[in-house]
Amino acid sequence: MSLITLPNYKEQSPDVKERFDRLKKRSVKMTVNELYKTFDTKKGPILKNVSFSTYKREFTSVIGPSGCGKSTLIRLVAGLESIDSGSINVSGTEVKKPGIERGMVFQEYTLFPWLTVTENVMYGLLRQNRSKAEAKKEALKWINLVGLDNYQDAYPSQLSGGMKQRVAIARSLATQPEMLLMDEPFGALDAQTRARMQAYLLQIWRNIDISIMFVTHDLDEAVYLSDRIIVLKGNPGEIAEIIEVPISRPRSPEQFLTPEFLATKKRLEALIHRNKEEEAVPVIPTTDLVNEIM
Amino acid sequence: MKVFEKLFPIRKLLDKKTRSTLFILSFTLPILLWCAVSYLPFLWHPMVSITNTGDVSYFKKEMLVKRKVFEAENKRMQTKGLQQAQGYRSNPIYLPQPHAVVVSLVKSFTTPPRRRGNPWLHESLLHSIKIILLGFLISSIIGVPLGILCGTYSFFNSLTAPFIEYFRYLPAPVFGALAVAILGINDGPKIAIIVIGTFFQQVLVIANTTSKLNSSLIEAAQTLGASNLTILKTIIIPGTLPDIYKDMRILLGWAWTYLVVAEVIGTSTGITWFINQQAKYRNFEQVYAAIIIIGVIGLLSDQLLAYIGRKIFKEQAIQEI
Repeated sequence: MSLITLPNYKEQSPDVKERFDRLKKRSVKMTVNELYKTFDTKKGPILKNVSFSTYKREFTSVIGPSGCGKSTLIRLVAGLESIDSGSINVSGTEVKKPGIERGMVFQEYTLFPWLTVTENVMYGLLRQNRSKAEAKKEALKWINLVGLDNYQDAYPSQLSGGMKQRVAIARSLATQPEMLLMDEPFGALDAQTRARMQAYLLQIWRNIDISIMFVTHDLDEAVYLSDRIIVLKGNPGEIAEIIEVPISRPRSPEQFLTPEFLATKKRLEALIHRNKEEEAVPVIPTTDLVNEIM
Repeated sequence: MKVFEKLFPIRKLLDKKTRSTLFILSFTLPILLWCAVSYLPFLWHPMVSITNTGDVSYFKKEMLVKRKVFEAENKRMQTKGLQQAQGYRSNPIYLPQPHAVVVSLVKSFTTPPRRRGNPWLHESLLHSIKIILLGFLISSIIGVPLGILCGTYSFFNSLTAPFIEYFRYLPAPVFGALAVAILGINDGPKIAIIVIGTFFQQVLVIANTTSKLNSSLIEAAQTLGASNLTILKTIIIPGTLPDIYKDMRILLGWAWTYLVVAEVIGTSTGITWFINQQAKYRNFEQVYAAIIIIGVIGLLSDQLLAYIGRKIFKEQAIQEI
């Protein structure tokens, strides 16, 4: 009994359709092939038969109920966990361990507290055998890109949560990876900061050549940012559906209320919350007490 | 009730004035108690110091006798019609009065030792400090790197932890005789006892601290292209240094507790020798003076190390609060 009739989320306007046609003509950036991962054999696999590909410069989100293995999936892509069976290929090379072609931003703040902002951003650059002066010059460029010029010499403890994550993004981007992996990077931020960070991220992504894989549990965030959303179902984590977001780019916060946005979100909700009776809000019968008050 | 609620709020800091009052009280209360017992003659004072021996044959001037004995002897004298002894109430010799301790504290630095060739108090103290610092240094040179390796690489942990776990239960003093046989009777065996007492705990404590470093810092470095050895050098060591520094402060305190054991091995030396010697002469004021100095040295050095730590690890310290 919805107030407005929502369109089918699979219907794409001509410009969105054209965009997806162009996207799919690009080269494949990453292929995940029949991936399995088990941590605890008693509980069964956390990821089961996960296969998908992403394209160059695509923004892909991974979403699913808590414990569905979305973080495990991105950690496998980063090379931080070992693969049980199946494979992940990035630019044609099989992922075995972490590599600089895959930068990562974590939900936890992972800036090195004993280094300044500049030194943090220089960290990856110095691992590439660059001179200190060169690394510093490059680092300042990226600090400028995330708008933290005034905080070059600050220590992480002097920054707010949003600033810390901006430095973390600059640090991952400085080594110019082909993919940026983001594991709920804005999960610890308050709502306003989170909205600003989303806008920042879209701007940065528009200006550089990078594919982004973004894990989140926030449906709005996933729809707002992504080209495609990989929806996992929990227990075991299998792909429920890969959704092409029918919203045109560039994105703006006004689009949160468009019918396409709401239709996509409704579909995500249906996919994620099915079979979750135990979490449903119980219906409380109206009691005499309530009647009295009213 | 109101005062009660004000003084005992659960898990809330008291206001600054109350806290500084309590801080002062924590030192003045024991001292006041000591003063009360020493200067109020009706409190405790179980002995009598003789001023006039009367006709009691074995009493001498300034002799300390138990009050019961004093009263019994006087009763005996009374029944015999002889002169009674006189004296004033006093505490046992092992509880000197505060002012006597203060005087002897000053005197111990100004008057030469009783026998020529014996060390002054400050010389004894310096010798003790030398033993501790050398023992702690030798232990740390091996213990800290090994601890960091054990906390980082399962290889080193599996290789050394079982033996260390076994060895740390052996009390360091049992190695005293062995240390003398191997290292002679001078400072060698004393330093060895401090090393044995410190080293095994040190490796375990530092390994534990190292292993507690937030693993996402290590993962972040991995995704930035750092090799394993680079991560050890650029992440694990600088990341754990502030906590290792804190551990070292605690471990240094433990090293002090082995001092007394170490100093009676071979030839007795240092502050322990000084205290034993003074006790032998029944100079208990000197014993108290030495104990107080050790406490002050411990407290001051710990505060100094804490201050230096806050200066060195400024940016990390801010994050902790």
